[in-house]
Amino acid sequence: MRYLSQRLMRTLILVIINVRTKHLPMNKISLIIKREFLTRVKKKSFIVMTILGPLLMAGLFIVPIYITQLSDEEKIIEVLDETGMFYNKFENSENLKFEHIYTDINTARENFSETKYYALLYIPKTELKVPSDAFLYSDKNPNIHLKSYIKDVIIKEVESLKLAASGIDKDVLKSIKSTVNLKTFKITEEGELKKSSAEINMALGLFSGILIYFFIFLFGAQVMRGVIEEKTSRIVEVIISSVRPFQLMMGKIVGVALVGLTQLLLWIILTFAIITLVKTAFPETFKSSTTEQSIIHANIPGQEIQNKQAPTDEVAKITSTDEVNQVLDAINSINFGVMIFSFIFFFLGGYLLYAALFAAIGSAVDNETDTQQFMLPITIPLIFSIIMAQFVTSNPDGPVAFWLSIIPLTSPIIMMIRIPFGVPYFDLTLSIVLLILGFLGATWFAAKIYRTGILMYGKKISYKELWKWLKYRN
Amino acid sequence: MDLLTATDITKNYANHTALDNLSIAVPEQSIFGLLGPNGAGKTTLIRIINQIIAPDKGQLFFYKEKMTSLFTKDIGYLPEERGLYKKMKVGEQALYLAQLKGLSRYDALQKLKFWFEKFEIIGWWNKKVEELSKGMQQKIQFIVTIIHNPKLLIFDEPFSGFDPINVNILKEEILKLRENGATIIFSTHNMASVEELCDDIVLIDNAKIILEGNVREIKNTYKSNTFEVEYEGIIGEAETILPKEIKILSTTQDHNITKVKIQATSSGHPNNILSAIIPHAKIISFNEILPTMNEIFISKVNENFNIGNN
Repeated sequence: MRYLSQRLMRTLILVIINVRTKHLPMNKISLIIKREFLTRVKKKSFIVMTILGPLLMAGLFIVPIYITQLSDEEKIIEVLDETGMFYNKFENSENLKFEHIYTDINTARENFSETKYYALLYIPKTELKVPSDAFLYSDKNPNIHLKSYIKDVIIKEVESLKLAASGIDKDVLKSIKSTVNLKTFKITEEGELKKSSAEINMALGLFSGILIYFFIFLFGAQVMRGVIEEKTSRIVEVIISSVRPFQLMMGKIVGVALVGLTQLLLWIILTFAIITLVKTAFPETFKSSTTEQSIIHANIPGQEIQNKQAPTDEVAKITSTDEVNQVLDAINSINFGVMIFSFIFFFLGGYLLYAALFAAIGSAVDNETDTQQFMLPITIPLIFSIIMAQFVTSNPDGPVAFWLSIIPLTSPIIMMIRIPFGVPYFDLTLSIVLLILGFLGATWFAAKIYRTGILMYGKKISYKELWKWLKYRN
Repeated sequence: MDLLTATDITKNYANHTALDNLSIAVPEQSIFGLLGPNGAGKTTLIRIINQIIAPDKGQLFFYKEKMTSLFTKDIGYLPEERGLYKKMKVGEQALYLAQLKGLSRYDALQKLKFWFEKFEIIGWWNKKVEELSKGMQQKIQFIVTIIHNPKLLIFDEPFSGFDPINVNILKEEILKLRENGATIIFSTHNMASVEELCDDIVLIDNAKIILEGNVREIKNTYKSNTFEVEYEGIIGEAETILPKEIKILSTTQDHNITKVKIQATSSGHPNNILSAIIPHAKIISFNEILPTMNEIFISKVNENFNIGNN
């Protein structure tokens, strides 16, 4: 009873608040943010992008698996082995079957087109003890896996024949053959050892850096276009008689940022949704393909299937779990708290800094074609960051990486690339402080240009003119 | 009482002075004409009143209070360079602009409905602005300017883009707004509408006021004692019957109706002219010809230009 009355009270309060806000004027900057957000989110292009993005991304995961599945229809290859050495050496797998035929090559080739065989493998008899040539006939283009598999089997067989001839036992050789697995560790500041992987760090860093790059360009340009739209449609003077130019500019920047975040969030959710959906809908496709891969992987080193089936499979399992562990260890070595915090910070900080500059450009011109001359100084640091990205991953603690990750114009991208490799807290703090200062500076600069620019029509603006605007009092 | 007072407003740009020590006082509940040739500084003054830009020097008072951006909700501004978001729907956009002026969503909706119904445009509510003609867009713009019942309204060329019928509707609305207590600053190059609507004017040229005052008084000040008499019949030489100090400027004759333009001395009473003609002909009309605002505008601006050159 008491619980019920409490709930009732709460609902009542909510209703009252709702009614009151309906009758109260809304904060102006939130009104602007709301409009900027809603008009963009309702656009067809936004909806199309939101749906297409995850489809493309999910496609990147699913299509390759699906395609390999598709092409893996059963292929039968006739083997005309004049040497007789390869009987049963080519093992059949689910999609690949070998059938030995015993005729001469001319008849086999003549008959080939009438058969349903995928290819004809011909190993001619040679004068020498071991064959050196083999021929593969097909009416299609045999894929590289098939070719390398056949080549592997022949080479292995020839090698073991030669070894046997020179008196070395096969098993001895096998024990000599070795693989070395270089494991990298990171010593953390607490003296802890952590396994790390440069490849995974690189992939993570580049991915987040490029994401920030695209976000800045895509949504920064949207801010610019929005400002130009207000200017060319001549609505801007109506609006700034109600709100201060700065409020209008910031409202637009924040509104567009929310659009970007919404899109990003929807992309992530939808991509995962699509992948899980496809996986649950076709569980066999994905399961069989992964086991298949490991079998192929396992079969390449040892070809004596009859007696060594079990051990090789085990080896395969061990290596694959080891690899998985390595990836997991590497991922564990990344400080995800720092990673996620930095990503959000540099993602937003970089966007805010550039969006202010984009807004300033939009205010200074009358149409989009005039933006070119002012775009250059903004795009150069961004493109430069991307060009330097590869270099930074190869030396994430070098002076170039350090300076580029400190300077506010390049830091959003470069620092993000450095983060997975581990960045000293000093560097990170410095970079964050400078980016905040950079953002404040850019906003101050943009606001000065903006409030003069939006009221200027039909005038070609030069850099000299912009400099004058900076000095105007209001 | 003056609703708006501006004292010694000065605004300099990099290479010219837009306003030079300019002072105006706009009486409450009046229509105040802000006139001047292009580039005189009108738009700068209007922007300063709207708190869009700040003056380098000088102060603005709303009644007795110093103007701040808090007063923007008391002002409705229809700029000369005006437009709407083309891709936005009419109703949604009007709501947005009304809310920006400080109305709650609920109030904005009620008021917009009232005005849309009054102008018979409620059917446009869900149309995109780009689907409307320019005149239709102007109507919406007018509504959003006045929607928050501002005490001060600033119209910069409000009639551009309207057909004569809509110009009349708008004029009536503007007069009604004044009746209901609003004060209106009206900037235009159309002098006929100034004579029709304005109570007081200022004429700005080259950043300075060159003429100000009540429209009727200004016209009286600049009158040249010119009269036009129209009569039936022919009385021969008009000079012979008129007092000596009266000059005949022109005579036109159409069948047996004669029109004579006469300039009297300032001392002579117009009745003297009439009484001189009455015995000789049947008078159809007798008018004093006052200078139009157009003529005053041109002569004052030219005079100012000549002073500036000498």
